[in-house]
Amino acid sequence: MSTPEAQGPGVIHDIGYRGYTGPRLERRAITLGLFTHTLRGVYGLGRAGRSKVVPFGMVAVMMLPAIVLAAVAIVTASPETTSPPLPYTRFAMVTQGAIAIFLAVAAPQAVSLDLRFHTLPLYLSRPLERSDYVRAKLGALSAAVFLLIAVPLLVIYLGNLAAGLDPGKQTVDFLEALVGVALFALVLSSVALLIASFTGRRGFGIAAIITVLTLTYAVVSALQGFVTSGGHDKTTAGWIGLFSPMTLVDGVQVWAFGAESSTPAGPPGDAAGAVFLVVTMLVIAACYALLARRYKKVKV
Amino acid sequence: MNRTIVRLAARAILGGKRVWLLGVLGVLLVGIGVGTRLLVPGSPSASLDALRTIAFGTFLPLFGLIVGTGVIGPEIDDGSIVHLLSKPVSRHTIVQSKLVVALLAIVGFAVLPMVLAAAIIGAGAQTALAFGVGGLCAGAVYCVLFLLLAVITRHAVIIGLVYALVWESLVGSVIPGARNVSVQQWALSVTGSIAPHGVVDAHVGLGLAWVLIVVVVALGTWYAGTRLRVLVLASED
Repeated sequence: MSTPEAQGPGVIHDIGYRGYTGPRLERRAITLGLFTHTLRGVYGLGRAGRSKVVPFGMVAVMMLPAIVLAAVAIVTASPETTSPPLPYTRFAMVTQGAIAIFLAVAAPQAVSLDLRFHTLPLYLSRPLERSDYVRAKLGALSAAVFLLIAVPLLVIYLGNLAAGLDPGKQTVDFLEALVGVALFALVLSSVALLIASFTGRRGFGIAAIITVLTLTYAVVSALQGFVTSGGHDKTTAGWIGLFSPMTLVDGVQVWAFGAESSTPAGPPGDAAGAVFLVVTMLVIAACYALLARRYKKVKV
Repeated sequence: MNRTIVRLAARAILGGKRVWLLGVLGVLLVGIGVGTRLLVPGSPSASLDALRTIAFGTFLPLFGLIVGTGVIGPEIDDGSIVHLLSKPVSRHTIVQSKLVVALLAIVGFAVLPMVLAAAIIGAGAQTALAFGVGGLCAGAVYCVLFLLLAVITRHAVIIGLVYALVWESLVGSVIPGARNVSVQQWALSVTGSIAPHGVVDAHVGLGLAWVLIVVVVALGTWYAGTRLRVLVLASED
């Protein structure tokens, strides 16, 4: 950007305005500000009413089964029941449609508009590094998805406690599920954010994210069902789970926490489970690296 | 039909890198055919079931969503549709021209790969043809519906997603009564009538399915043109 002053020897005139002498916030504070702003924006807070429809619609879609499950647990409570109606670790898999739609809308909202309206230069004119921007956006989106899944889980947990199930076991299961939820949030957010960062158009971003998240799951689960029922081959079916973000994280849960698999087959054996965990970590790391690389190239 | 609009719409959804993205989806469909054949050789009927679930349940709705909204949505979104609307061309012609492009994209990148996948699995020519015709019907209906949605609202992709994922994937296959209003079931009914007996189960009567498909396509096309006449270019939210 060139201004007349930039061409010649510029002079800053002191026209008597009072200078700012207060504390100046540094990188960390700006990153935190961007994080909060993105987190609020993803849920539509501070935006027009129609921007809240989808995020809070999906929150409602997630809360409804949670409340029903908690109510069912309380109503059907008897001394013999020892397990909740639905294991905590399966909740994210059951409600994955809502999670996918939430992410498809949230990720482009977080980054695409900045690309489309060239707002990035404004951010970078502050003491904010490009990597801070990526971290703030990724962190905010992951936090949003984590909240989306974790709050309904908390409702189910409280319902199960009220139903008189063994508190110790429930707490352990709940905490394990929260670790799984964190993994879900990180993997899904980094994949979605990476896709969204390549387009300034929200429509394309939404379609691409949904395609990757949903289509891979549909293909993987159909193939798994086909391989287990048609060929009774649980090992191959288990390995197929590597190829979709949802089944990948579910595989980690199955291996690490001995959770019940939501797909026809979990990872076959302990070594395979470790592979699932490694692949999960690699996916997160690769998406982060690609995001960082992508934002190195965005012109200011 | 207007050749210039067809050309421009084709460039909008197939130009540049986008053709590769659509191509990847098509290759994925063929890959499913190859994969099922390699994983469990010698069970074409189970393989066909897997292909049917993926193709009709998820693939075609999503593909229809991408191309149906893709031919007109971005233009409305960034306002460049005014250049098109200010030309002395009937709005119905605009809609029809764009639909032709969307349909060609679906045929090229979804229906043909699906037929190819069916053939790779080892289905007979009759079954492959049935998948093709059924896929074409579903694709046409989805294109019209999602293009209409894109003209009506700027949040077409989101609404279409909820429809494609919740209605078609869940409701359409779980609740029996809802099957009559599920595009997927209409298309499966058409497929079932062409394929040899017992390959595909149909839940909707063949006559009803054809009537619904034709009516939805015709009415949807007409209404999209009518809505395009009164299109309001809203500002960015």
